[in-house]
Amino acid sequence: MSLLDIQNLSLGYDSNVIIKNLSFSLNKGDYLCIVGENGSGKSTLMRTLLNLQAPLEGKILKGDGLMNNEIGYLPQQTDIQRDFPASVNEIVLSGCQARCGLRPFYSREEKRIAEENMKRMGISGLSKRCYRELSGGQQQRVLLARALCAARQLLLLDEPVAGLDPKVTAEMYDIIKSLNDDGITIIMISHDISAAVRFASHILHIGNSLFFGTRDGYLSSEKGKLFLSSKGGACN
Amino acid sequence: MIDKLMMYMQYPFVRYALIVGVLIALCSSLLGVTLVLKRFSFIGDGLSHVAFGAMAIGSVLNLTNNMYLVLPVTIASAILLLSGGRKAKIKGDAAIAMISVASLAFGYLLMNIFSTSSNLSGDVCSTLFGSTSILTLTSREVSLCIALSVAVVMIFVLFYNKIFAVTFDEDFSKAAGTKSEAYNFLLAVVIAVIIVLAMNLVGSLLISALVIFPALSAMRLFRSFRAVTVCSAVISVICAFSGIVISILASTPVGSTIVAVNVLFFAVCYIFGTVLGGVRK
Repeated sequence: MSLLDIQNLSLGYDSNVIIKNLSFSLNKGDYLCIVGENGSGKSTLMRTLLNLQAPLEGKILKGDGLMNNEIGYLPQQTDIQRDFPASVNEIVLSGCQARCGLRPFYSREEKRIAEENMKRMGISGLSKRCYRELSGGQQQRVLLARALCAARQLLLLDEPVAGLDPKVTAEMYDIIKSLNDDGITIIMISHDISAAVRFASHILHIGNSLFFGTRDGYLSSEKGKLFLSSKGGACN
Repeated sequence: MIDKLMMYMQYPFVRYALIVGVLIALCSSLLGVTLVLKRFSFIGDGLSHVAFGAMAIGSVLNLTNNMYLVLPVTIASAILLLSGGRKAKIKGDAAIAMISVASLAFGYLLMNIFSTSSNLSGDVCSTLFGSTSILTLTSREVSLCIALSVAVVMIFVLFYNKIFAVTFDEDFSKAAGTKSEAYNFLLAVVIAVIIVLAMNLVGSLLISALVIFPALSAMRLFRSFRAVTVCSAVISVICAFSGIVISILASTPVGSTIVAVNVLFFAVCYIFGTVLGGVRK
């Protein structure tokens, strides 16, 4: 059975339907990029996948023993976080909250997981530093390390490279790719179509018409060609 | 001066005032950090005005114990404000301002129309700026306050990690399966209880100071959530204690003296933080 099976999903707020009849499925180890214009419902879809919002219609089936608390999420940064007095260690550790349940304090095992993920993101040296004093790229690594504490199978990323410079952006994509190579399924929202077709195994294009398929299928589709040419065709 | 202080300390009402003042300051500062970071600095002000309005209704109805009316009404408003969140039609600051001025106006209106006391403006003034009731506490009130404070501190310590997670990133916590609504609800109830308690101490116009100043001072000095929380509790206790002592020695009003000490402390922390920050860079 596939990891995620989306059936006839309709999304929106109140009576305002943004996405209609969306169906697709993902297998373990897939790398899905969700592309589309602003306001097309990319973030709404992600919020629905995360159970933050109920779908208007349709079903999301989770297979392969995927539990709700095995999903990691890298949200876009909020205003509150930009001047939040918190150390890197505290933030990464908060990724383990789902493992705690009602237990009030973190166990030694969870502290070890947090440390491991900081090492994996190359931010061990920053663990005592204050989050708001870090650079954009470092902050994003911190939030990714936190997401990894929660993610054992599936990682959802909402525009992980927004506001980062080209060098850091490239590093970020490499990190995500390496996570995918380690067997974590990735779902990423991106405006960067050229990166999407470079790294992803599957593409979901949301807009007036929907497209879901493999990367090669997208490149040869009418929609893909149109979107690429409007973006300057930077796909090689 | 020490002699004079020792002399005052012999009276139980002075000791009661110190105990209650310090405990209330401790509780409000613990939650203050979260509220300031959630951009709810003004909730103290808003809720205390609600409590004022409820108190007015209580005295019009001639209730023997206002608490039975004031506490539920304040808790209900707190829940309304904190759990509305991002979906609410009227958001954060506007909602607080609205509830706050509305209950202030209705409270005063009711007290004026159905006045039972001969000294109306005196009554209103003491509710707004803190009455002398902190100096007339009975031992039963003191033990109630101790019990509630212990409960608040326990709740805070037990849920500290969850409170941090929900404050820092509500969406992430929710996605990870933490019941963030439940924690917002808990936070709302606790803050309402603290505010109703604190009205005795500083009065409803000055409560915000107890909530925000220690947190802001601590944020000038420290950069991790735990250090900020601990430091804000310590600062708040020191300020409340010295504020009460000064007000007794200099016979100034208790509430405004405590707030003045808090403001001074903030100024010191601000300068200290700027100097330290300059050195660190």
